[in-house]
Amino acid sequence: MGETPLWEVFIRPRNGLAHKHVGSLHGADAELALSAARDVYTRRGEGGSIWVVPSAAITASDPAHADEMFDPTADKIYRHPTFYDIPDDVGHM
Amino acid sequence: MYSQGLIGADGRSEETPEFLAAFQARIDAEEKIEPKDAMPEGYRRTLIRQIGQHAHSEIVGMLPEGNWITRAPSLKRKAALLAKVQDEGGHGLYLYSAAETLGVTRDEMTEELLDGRAKYSSIFNYPTLSWADIGCIGWLVDGAAIMNQIPLCRCSFGPYARAMIRVCKEESFHQRQGYEIMLTLTRGTEAQKEMAQDALDRWWWPSLMMFGPSDADSQHSDQSMAWKIKRFTNDELRQKFIDATVPQAEYLGLKVPDPELAWNAEKNGYDHGPIDWDEFWRVVKGGGPMNRERIAARRKAWEEGAWVREAALAHAEKRAARTAVAAE
Repeated sequence: MGETPLWEVFIRPRNGLAHKHVGSLHGADAELALSAARDVYTRRGEGGSIWVVPSAAITASDPAHADEMFDPTADKIYRHPTFYDIPDDVGHM
Repeated sequence: MYSQGLIGADGRSEETPEFLAAFQARIDAEEKIEPKDAMPEGYRRTLIRQIGQHAHSEIVGMLPEGNWITRAPSLKRKAALLAKVQDEGGHGLYLYSAAETLGVTRDEMTEELLDGRAKYSSIFNYPTLSWADIGCIGWLVDGAAIMNQIPLCRCSFGPYARAMIRVCKEESFHQRQGYEIMLTLTRGTEAQKEMAQDALDRWWWPSLMMFGPSDADSQHSDQSMAWKIKRFTNDELRQKFIDATVPQAEYLGLKVPDPELAWNAEKNGYDHGPIDWDEFWRVVKGGGPMNRERIAARRKAWEEGAWVREAALAHAEKRAARTAVAAE
């Protein structure tokens, strides 16, 4: 019999915040993974909502190619508000 | 609960000097290393070994305390001890999941523990003979673990550092509940005071050994320090622990079982007597009073739980197949 599948666990501390990755665990199915996530990651009121996602379902970018991957953002300073000169007299904008 | 100076890791790497220098530059710049980043094989192996040992220690560490859950002296103590032991299980799981990001599987780590290839903290190979031992474990063993783990929150490997932050937050209750047990016993009857002293006598030296071999004999320390897996040497952490703990023992009215223990104003810390490293190595290598029993208990749990793991997987497969048929 194979190894019990791995799940990534995301928890939302409270409504209004995003779910955040907190770690992973093994569970035979989604239901068991969810109940294990409650026991492992929320023993002290850390969350009001849990997502479990099969680790194998995540497609990740490769850190070795991070330079090429994120290169387009580096030289486009005109995407930032400070690129534009507005006289002080105009006031806050 | 615990982490001990690393034992038996192979930190060799076969990468080019340029690769190693670039990696070291990232470490020196306090950049965190994440699982998919390129890293020297020695770094990966050292971390798998260390995080695995740490996780095993948490799991095996549930056994000596579990021994007293049904015999806790009150419902309050029992509820606290149950919660503490459950935390230790949780800490083991955070750590296993951090180690798995490095490409080792949970089953491989479990097998290494059960067949004796992987080590765990030597402290858990001592028996818990009285209720005062539960006090001493919380106060001293968790106290020593906290000393060790706080710097690990700044470890260069991201998942390990993040797991340690969670662990440290939870660990503080463990030490306080232990000290409170000791406080209650030392404020109690003569027999209770004697029980507390007896427990301190037995746990003091093994607690000091938790920090691992003395710096002079610690073969892996230099590389781990350079890679910022470790931030302080074994002896530095041991000294911090002694300096913090001796006044706590005095407050309890207990005597630390070291005739050579003395305040040294010059170094602003305590001097202590020699540690019996023969005993340490004997226990690490399997010759402690409880080594066989601890591993036998883990093996029993693993083997007797096999049908549950298999049934859960079979059930999941059956349900998935049914869903697939219904969708056709």
